[in-house]
Amino acid sequence: MKRMFVPAAFVVAAALAASPALAQKKYDTGASDKEIKIGNINPYSGPASAYGAIGKAIGAYFKKINDEGGVNGRKINFVSYDDGYSPPKAVEMARKLVEQDEVLFIFQSLGTPSNSAIHKYMNAKKVPQLFVATGASKWNDPKNFPWTMGWQPNYQTEGTIYAQHILKNSPNAKIGILYQNDDYGKDVLQGFKNGLGAKTSMIVKEVTYEVSDPTVDSQMVQLQSSGADTFINITTPKFAAMAVRKAYDSGWKPVQYLNNVGAAVGSVLVPAGLEKSAGVITTRYLKDPTDKAFANDPAVLEWTAFMKKYYPDGNLLDSNPFYGWAVAQTMVQVLKQCGDNLTRENVMKQAASLKDFALPALLPGIKISTSATDFAPIQAMQLIKFDGKQYQPFSEVMGN
Amino acid sequence: MDALIHQVLAGLATGGIYASVALALVMIYQATHHLNFAQGELAMFCTYLAWTLINAGFGYWAAFLLTVGLSFVLGVVIERVVIRPVENSPVLAVVVVFIGLLVILNSVTGWIYSYTIKTFPSPFPAEPLFGNKYMSSHEIGAIGVTLVVLLLLYSFFRFTPLGLAMRAAAQNPASAKLVGIRVGWMLALGWGLACAIGAVAGMMVAPIVFLDPNMMAGILLYAFAAALIGGVDSPGGAVFGGFLVGVLENVLGAFVIGNELKLAVALVLIIGVLVVKPTGFFGKVHVIRV
Amino acid sequence: MNQRAVILIALALLAACALPLLVSNYRVFQFTLVLVYAIALLGLNLLTGYNGQISLGHGAFYAIGAYCAAILMDKFGVPYWATLPVAGVVCLVVGFLFGLPALRLEGLYLALATFALGVSMPQLLKYHHLEKWTGGVQGIVIVKPDPPFGLPLSPDQWLYYFTLAVMILMFVLAWNLLRGRVGRALIAIRDHHTAAEAMGVNTALYKSLTFGVSAMYTGVAGALGAIAIQFVAPDSFNIFLSITFLVGIVIGGLASIPGAIYGALFIQFIPNIADEISKAAPWAIFGIFLIGFVYAMPLGVNGAIRMLIARLARKQQDGLRTAGSPLSENAAGKPENDSHTAG
Repeated sequence: MKRMFVPAAFVVAAALAASPALAQKKYDTGASDKEIKIGNINPYSGPASAYGAIGKAIGAYFKKINDEGGVNGRKINFVSYDDGYSPPKAVEMARKLVEQDEVLFIFQSLGTPSNSAIHKYMNAKKVPQLFVATGASKWNDPKNFPWTMGWQPNYQTEGTIYAQHILKNSPNAKIGILYQNDDYGKDVLQGFKNGLGAKTSMIVKEVTYEVSDPTVDSQMVQLQSSGADTFINITTPKFAAMAVRKAYDSGWKPVQYLNNVGAAVGSVLVPAGLEKSAGVITTRYLKDPTDKAFANDPAVLEWTAFMKKYYPDGNLLDSNPFYGWAVAQTMVQVLKQCGDNLTRENVMKQAASLKDFALPALLPGIKISTSATDFAPIQAMQLIKFDGKQYQPFSEVMGN
Repeated sequence: MDALIHQVLAGLATGGIYASVALALVMIYQATHHLNFAQGELAMFCTYLAWTLINAGFGYWAAFLLTVGLSFVLGVVIERVVIRPVENSPVLAVVVVFIGLLVILNSVTGWIYSYTIKTFPSPFPAEPLFGNKYMSSHEIGAIGVTLVVLLLLYSFFRFTPLGLAMRAAAQNPASAKLVGIRVGWMLALGWGLACAIGAVAGMMVAPIVFLDPNMMAGILLYAFAAALIGGVDSPGGAVFGGFLVGVLENVLGAFVIGNELKLAVALVLIIGVLVVKPTGFFGKVHVIRV
Repeated sequence: MNQRAVILIALALLAACALPLLVSNYRVFQFTLVLVYAIALLGLNLLTGYNGQISLGHGAFYAIGAYCAAILMDKFGVPYWATLPVAGVVCLVVGFLFGLPALRLEGLYLALATFALGVSMPQLLKYHHLEKWTGGVQGIVIVKPDPPFGLPLSPDQWLYYFTLAVMILMFVLAWNLLRGRVGRALIAIRDHHTAAEAMGVNTALYKSLTFGVSAMYTGVAGALGAIAIQFVAPDSFNIFLSITFLVGIVIGGLASIPGAIYGALFIQFIPNIADEISKAAPWAIFGIFLIGFVYAMPLGVNGAIRMLIARLARKQQDGLRTAGSPLSENAAGKPENDSHTAG
């Protein structure tokens, strides 16, 4: 009898030791029984201050989650600092968050230059730099930078999709390109050129603009004078509106591909003029709350109710808070999956274990998936065309 | 050839924007002998006031006139309250106060109105003049308005006793006081007028570049260059400078150096002009006696 | 310099040396940036405060210094300390060359020319023909050096001491320069250009050289700054940086050496404080701080401190006089010349 007790005891002990989920809490700095401290860096001032609405929307959403009891019983303590879109300031704020405020991780830091500045630091300190708010392709590199992960589809993929569409539908097009003279603009351009492959000779004119330029009229005139009949418009909202309007007013009226960043109905096409925007082609992965096509969509209705209650100062005609809402929901999902194991390593692990996670904010057919070798949560997009009143999809979801 | 004409005309259109803001800068310089860094933000803020009025139901011209009036008052108040305490401080200290004002206005506007762009209506017809493809009616109209303001300003300074008093107060406050001119109020008046002109400039500019708190940042750069290349004490020079800078920028960017360096080259050219004519094209040369 | 000043400086140095051992690495990093800005501000002060040439483009020299350091360290593997002299010399030459045509310009027009330099710097750095060297819009990432000889310091602390040593060296150099003939010549040129020329001062040479030296100081600061932040990108060096430097010297105190330090403390910490006061409109709070400082201290922090010291000294003098001390008129029957000591 005694002989059977000892092995049995061993088996029971082994079984207990092998199930860590059972009431074993693990924390890194920033996490405790009561709260999860999350850091964020956003441009609330400076040239990119329009994106500050994202940080505010995320803060509002976390407040809603806290009001509903938090995640696994813990409240989210969201600490967000302004970097004014300046890399040195971003470095200072990241160090403040990690070394002074002792956050568990940094979430949705915004801007390619700011994220590039803190990239090495975050990985050296082994603090997650999660779901960064930029579409640069370099965030999907788990081998060299295992602590950094993007969220939105990357700019190069988008550029390639436009190129492939042109090759298929108008192989004799003469292409003129306007792009913002910074990392994001050059990234979309690079993707576009990659997509054209051997046919980059189709590009007859490439012009740039700076964020400090008052207008892009001169550049638009240059493109028109070059004889191009297809226009690749890689601009941010203010300049996108100007370019779309000028392309119509000057009588050029080319086939126009407008990049996703500058394509929202409320903040770009309405100022440009809805009739003048007819025919514009872009890609989309998120629903657009300012597009009439989604006026009765349950996700948009839910978001509108959320905004009215938790972010009443927010602008309902701006798609930035909608983006913030969607990405915050992804974050909450990851935290839920972490359970009681709130170590930085586990946070990354759970972020890299999203399998076909569906968000109401995403277009049907687009899901979030990550793995240990795939740090690009959203890769799919859909081509849509504006008909003068709303966008109509005209392709299947591609890039999955 | 057609491309060149197109660029020149586009340059005149943008130049009109620079000219109108440069005019406000020169106005305040003539009145106070200070170059007001915050001029752009003041103009932007007043344009937002106009936008609020139009959204509240006022017609365009009612809102326009009301805004010009309010801007005048705002300018006077700022001079009396914010600038008066540093009247006798070193020049650079006053510059820092202007910078403080700039930053406050930008931040407060962004906080009240958010940073998404808004459309601002234009009083001019939507169809281009004679159906031309080069400049919209608004762009031509805006240039017209700038020229009218220039004429009014010129006449004011040249032919009215008040204008003369203002110039005297700025150039030689001590002597002006001795002759009985109330220098303090002259300065306040100057600020009021400059603010009003700035508001007009803002309302002409906003339909072209869309209304947002950062709308004046890029324009102010070029407006400074325009004011100085024309000669900072010459309103006509400022307008000339504005058109020159606009055309130069466009033509250089399109035909000479490409857009990537057009800022640098345009400004190098301006420095070149200044080296040859150190007080700008139409500025007065100041002779200093030892 | 009198005895009291020497004691104060020694105390300040002692505090500066003890600092990194008492605070967290993050604070050490922030204070390293304060030292970097102090060097940059001293450079600008030489030109604008002492010599009266307004520069709205010193951010450009800071950028050139930063990129020198980054390119040398990243592309050529040059050790960090060797990049400083190179950055200094490059900026000295560039500054001098810029100062030559600027000789013809006065006041506002010079401000515009330097403004043009400051505004066009980011575009120049992004220029695609130079991308091979500058890394274009992506910028360059560099690695912070480890302390040498296996000293038991963190890289942050080591960099702080290194920066402190460089700063002390450059401040002493400037002080030496300014208290002699050169300093007097600079101030003479600032206060009355034509008279100085008539007195035999070679204004052209002095003005261009001052431009060069001023650029050199700011360039060295830029190099140190790049090493501290470990990243350079074109849009970090826009016109706002140049304006921040100008604000720094005015708040700190024009034509003063300690003013550079006060100014550096202001531009590093006040934005953070403003951010904590108001999340909604932090720059509005910063603007209020700016205007408030100028109202309260039109001659900068340094000016205010000097006035305070002078007022205290006068009070002390009055106190001694009325208290029946040997300095009073009553004691010896004849009035002591205390007007000499009050000077």
